[in-house]
Amino acid sequence: MRTWIRLLRPGDWLVVLAGVATVAASVPLLWRSGTADLAVVKRDGAVVAELPMTQSRKLDVAGPLGTTVIEVQPGRARVAADPGPRQYCVLQGWLTRPNSIAICAPNHVSLQLVGREGGYDSLNY
Amino acid sequence: MLVGKVATIASTTEHTIQLQVTAADRRVARYAAAAIVLTIAEAAIPLPLPGVKPGLANIVTLIVLWRHGWREAAWVTLLRVLAGSLMVGQFLAPGFFLSLAGALLSLGVLALASRLPRRFFGPVSHSVLAAFAHVAGQLLLVRLWLVPHDGVFHLVPVFAAAALLFGIINGLIAARLMQETPS
Repeated sequence: MRTWIRLLRPGDWLVVLAGVATVAASVPLLWRSGTADLAVVKRDGAVVAELPMTQSRKLDVAGPLGTTVIEVQPGRARVAADPGPRQYCVLQGWLTRPNSIAICAPNHVSLQLVGREGGYDSLNY
Repeated sequence: MLVGKVATIASTTEHTIQLQVTAADRRVARYAAAAIVLTIAEAAIPLPLPGVKPGLANIVTLIVLWRHGWREAAWVTLLRVLAGSLMVGQFLAPGFFLSLAGALLSLGVLALASRLPRRFFGPVSHSVLAAFAHVAGQLLLVRLWLVPHDGVFHLVPVFAAAALLFGIINGLIAARLMQETPS
């Protein structure tokens, strides 16, 4: 081990440290996928409301089973309550990423986040 | 160099072309062969993530750069990219252009890095800088050509970490090899 470390010259340590700093800096900068700007609420496929994700708000949407409650907070949104039997859309919790979606199928309501640069749901190569 | 030394087209009546092979040509050929072997050996290693690989052939580039200068290092690297891609059947496939983009950018960075004072900056510095440049070149090409979406940049932390790790390891191996075989 020591024979290997002796191969490093003083400047090498600097370069390695700079490399570590670069990697560390790139993690928070790039390990996330944009920000969502709008929470789009639909009922039966038709847009009920487009809520900007900068301010907190609650919205009641009436469906065939009852009322679905959508809650928006700065940067995130969720289905706070839903009359559906299995509660999938409620259990999904807070949505933060653009294009993520919570669908309360029994009550015909969906909540989707939209970013500024939508266009792709997924990319494959 | 090889082409440039197609020197003497006999100006007399015999129209012969004489290829003069210099010691540098032989050296480039030998080093390039070693680099190609490493490329092929590496192609056999299963890799967890596409695009992340050790880049062992760059050890050869580092040694040539240190001992014989940037010009020969560039020859060895480009010959390795060309012949290596032919050997593994990737010539003109996306993988080939990715290697080429990485190689070109890292050679550019090495041209600058090799001017750093050698007392302080050894092969490990060269290696780490070149590895980052390699990844940057590849990502730029991917963004411009293969995946035209900023989503590819989410992979930057992974590729940067791999560049750092393999850059250090390859640099150490190059330094060790040169220490043990003084020329």
